[in-house]
Amino acid sequence: MIDYHALAPELILAVTVLAVLVTDLVVRSKVWVAVVALVGLFAAFVPILTLAFCEPLVGCTEVTRTMFLGSYVVDSYALVLKGLFIGTAFVAVLLSVDYIESDRYYEGEYFFLLLSAALGAVVMSSARDFVSIVVALELVSGPGFLLAGWRKADERSNEAALKFFISGVLALALLMFGVSLVYGLTGTQQFDQLAAASVQFVDLPLFTIGVLFILVGFGFKVSAVPFHYWTPDTYQGSPTPVTAWLAVGSKTAGFVGLLSIAFIAFPAMRDVWGPILWVVAAVTMVVGNVVAIKQTNIVRLLGYSSIAHAGFILAPFAAMAGASDAAMSQAFYAAVAYLLIYAVMNLGAFGVVIAGLSKVESAELTDWSGLFRHSPGLAVLLAGFFFSLAGIPPLAGWFAKLAMFQATIGSGTPWGYSIAVIAVLNSVVAIYYYAKPVKSAFFDEVPEGVSAAATPSVASPALKLALGLSIAGVVLLGIFPGLVAQLSRYTSEIIAAIF
Amino acid sequence: MEWFDNGWGIALTVFLPLVGAVVLLAIPRAQEAALKWTALIFSGAAFVSGLALLFRFDFSRTGDLQLGANLNWIEAINARYHVGVDGISLPLVVLSVFITVLVVLYSWNHWPEPHNPKMLLALIMVIAVGMTGTFVALDLVLFFVFFEVVLLPMYFMIGIWGDRGVRHVPLFNWNIEMRLYASLKFFVFTLFGSAFMLLGFLALYFRSGDFLDHRTFDMLELAQLGSAGRFAGSFAFWVFFALFLGFAVKVPMWPLHTWLPDAHTAAPTIGSVILAAILLKLGTYAFIRISIPILPQEAKNWAWLIGVLAVIGIIYGSLACLAQTDMKRLIAYSSVGHMGFVMLGIATLTSIGINAAIIGMVAHGLITGLLFFLAGSMAHRYHTRDMGRLGGNMKLMPVMGVLLGFAAMASLGLPALAGFWGEFMALMASFNPLAGLDPTLFRGLMIAGAIGTVLTAGYMLWMLRSVNFGEPSDEWVGHDFHDVDAWEWLAWAPLVIATIAVGIYPRIVLGFTNDAVAQLVTRAFGG
Repeated sequence: MIDYHALAPELILAVTVLAVLVTDLVVRSKVWVAVVALVGLFAAFVPILTLAFCEPLVGCTEVTRTMFLGSYVVDSYALVLKGLFIGTAFVAVLLSVDYIESDRYYEGEYFFLLLSAALGAVVMSSARDFVSIVVALELVSGPGFLLAGWRKADERSNEAALKFFISGVLALALLMFGVSLVYGLTGTQQFDQLAAASVQFVDLPLFTIGVLFILVGFGFKVSAVPFHYWTPDTYQGSPTPVTAWLAVGSKTAGFVGLLSIAFIAFPAMRDVWGPILWVVAAVTMVVGNVVAIKQTNIVRLLGYSSIAHAGFILAPFAAMAGASDAAMSQAFYAAVAYLLIYAVMNLGAFGVVIAGLSKVESAELTDWSGLFRHSPGLAVLLAGFFFSLAGIPPLAGWFAKLAMFQATIGSGTPWGYSIAVIAVLNSVVAIYYYAKPVKSAFFDEVPEGVSAAATPSVASPALKLALGLSIAGVVLLGIFPGLVAQLSRYTSEIIAAIF
Repeated sequence: MEWFDNGWGIALTVFLPLVGAVVLLAIPRAQEAALKWTALIFSGAAFVSGLALLFRFDFSRTGDLQLGANLNWIEAINARYHVGVDGISLPLVVLSVFITVLVVLYSWNHWPEPHNPKMLLALIMVIAVGMTGTFVALDLVLFFVFFEVVLLPMYFMIGIWGDRGVRHVPLFNWNIEMRLYASLKFFVFTLFGSAFMLLGFLALYFRSGDFLDHRTFDMLELAQLGSAGRFAGSFAFWVFFALFLGFAVKVPMWPLHTWLPDAHTAAPTIGSVILAAILLKLGTYAFIRISIPILPQEAKNWAWLIGVLAVIGIIYGSLACLAQTDMKRLIAYSSVGHMGFVMLGIATLTSIGINAAIIGMVAHGLITGLLFFLAGSMAHRYHTRDMGRLGGNMKLMPVMGVLLGFAAMASLGLPALAGFWGEFMALMASFNPLAGLDPTLFRGLMIAGAIGTVLTAGYMLWMLRSVNFGEPSDEWVGHDFHDVDAWEWLAWAPLVIATIAVGIYPRIVLGFTNDAVAQLVTRAFGG
């Protein structure tokens, strides 16, 4: 029997995807397409609430629902992430409305693809076997390739799509190869069985190689160094709302896959993947931060910043070699908490960039100088999101960092202590480049030849709503981080269930 | 008044300015009068609430934390909204709300360029929240958040309203405006320190209990664990070191002080006043509130080093003052020296020394605040701070000159003014440091510190000579300088009165601190 309640978010999203296509056919004003998409996303959020607050809302007793012989699980962890993805897609649609309209490309198809990708991410949250993971990953990636190349007359956009596509396909190939090795050895591709089976294969080199290939495949997806090289060009060339989705939705989907694989399928292998991810996390932080310092283009800056954040999110993974089960659940929680906060603040940062681009018509930092003089509100939002990304209290970013340090130091392993020190040093470096755009916006004079000073504010209602939601999230989560910290209870349940 | 004693009094004192900031943001930029009055009303209300704390405070048990609240905040990590005041923090809380009101009054008709009172006042309000919050926080996470809240507004204040002179930075071969250089340096230094401080806090948290439910960020519980010897060995060393980095940058202690002269000089007048009067105290306060009670053994092991660095700071700051030509920069360097005395007092780990530190903090807040006000107002009139060009101020602006003379005398530690007690008691304490510390070393430090006081007198008198005395140079002939105006009097008179009052009757401060400090020392190091 199929549990329709548990699958309701996915089903509603799937219906919305089709409805968007139909709407595009029948209406002339394409704004309605966006409206249908937004309504659909909102509707998909409702069952997430009824599932999460099962008992008070609909009177059922069990939050965790296992389907398809354990391949698809709806539990608190999955629900939190589904909510995150639907929220991210909601904001991404809001960010896109004007941008896509002003470009005069295919508006209807745009929202169709964006929602498909969101559906993939939602599926990813519940996927508990490799087939589901791969299907979800492709559902996220495929539309991403097309969206990146949306401005087909723009060379950079073409380059963005091509780089993304080639690296994405390579990643998939590696992933599939790894999966086939693991499946060949263990005879199962379902995570709960793998968690038990992997204990006997820990010492088998071939099995280790399989796991490594899987990790590398996800390394591309989350743009961890050295698999990151496609990221800056793709981010810069894609339409900015698409970049926002790629940097938040698509990347988070990658991390969710990685989390499920590392913590749910292969927790027994943590002595193998821990040290490797230690190296990857350290290098990712350092490269992302150091290269970001030199950036003069604000979108590229956010691109490298998102690479650096990938390093921070990987830090709890990196501390896991030799760690206890309690430390595992702590790290699991830290990564999920970081992802949540990262999504809110990064969407906001991209929102500001989109609003600013329509104002100053350039992504070069020098042209953003003196933003405070002609758009004070936008400048304040810029400062809010960028300093949140830098991790300065009382903006939400500080709690993400706190959770990360808590997990790394709390692991009690030398891997954890050392990655924590590296992360601290990197957080300080990061402040420099996050302060830079804020500095130009507030402290510098408006450059000659920028006419933005004269034009009135052009931020549309949709953009304003997106920015308002994000800033409210950043401030609220910063002052009441308990909302995120509740997660630790769920993750410890999940980890406890595995062992 | 039950509600007032149950944490609401502290909450009002801390958060009223935050409400003020929100209200300010809602007022249109053009209505300057409304903006100013709003800021004055809210900062004034916070001040009144701070005074009310004094009346509700039970002076018979200053060592206990009073008027506090302890509520759930981030349940999952056991971080709580735990606040309270004792004899150590209350004087500093009152000092913060006091200085905030004065700063708002002073800014009434002194607007640094670019104008924008709305933003500037809102930033002052947010800074006030961070300052008072840091002094009342009794939970490490809460402390960290308040500690950092101050950072951004100050960064903007220096960067937007700061000094636009160009400065050459040899290391990077930059030519950069002072305000940009100073704001960035302030920001990066402070965050560098506080990042390590946060790591230290987390390490304490994990060592405080074996299971999630037993772990705590609570300063009082951690202090109990600390004096019971829970934190020991290399663990304690590394944590102490991490906290030291965070606090020492903020104080600032030599050799981490280099951000201070730049930030204080480049900041607009009110920014310099807030920095000097309150922000520097966050670091020294944290040593007293966190490092010593929680890690007493490490404090004892490293007191000699802190003492040595403090005295280097005293001598270095004084010598650097003698090399300055910029009046504001001279005052900034003098802070390095004065904070050296405060740290020397703390390093002795004795009751007298820590009392000296607290009264020294209050005195430095009053006196250096006044000095920066004066320097700002003079620069406002002369359009220069170059002491080579100034001179004969007594003839041009006699009242201002007298005030400057008064502030300089207070700063060099003239008896019967506030500055005297901190220096005197710090030196006295180093004659006889805590049992177990090397008395010979500390007596050497005492002598070096005493030489420092002589140097302080030297540079302060030198500044007075070149600014106040002599004949005005030709370039000022024919200018009509208006002397101290009404708003300036409003802002400065309270500082003058408080300086004299604390100087003549130090019990105003020591009455709070005496028992509280004695109790702290007993708890940390035993009878």
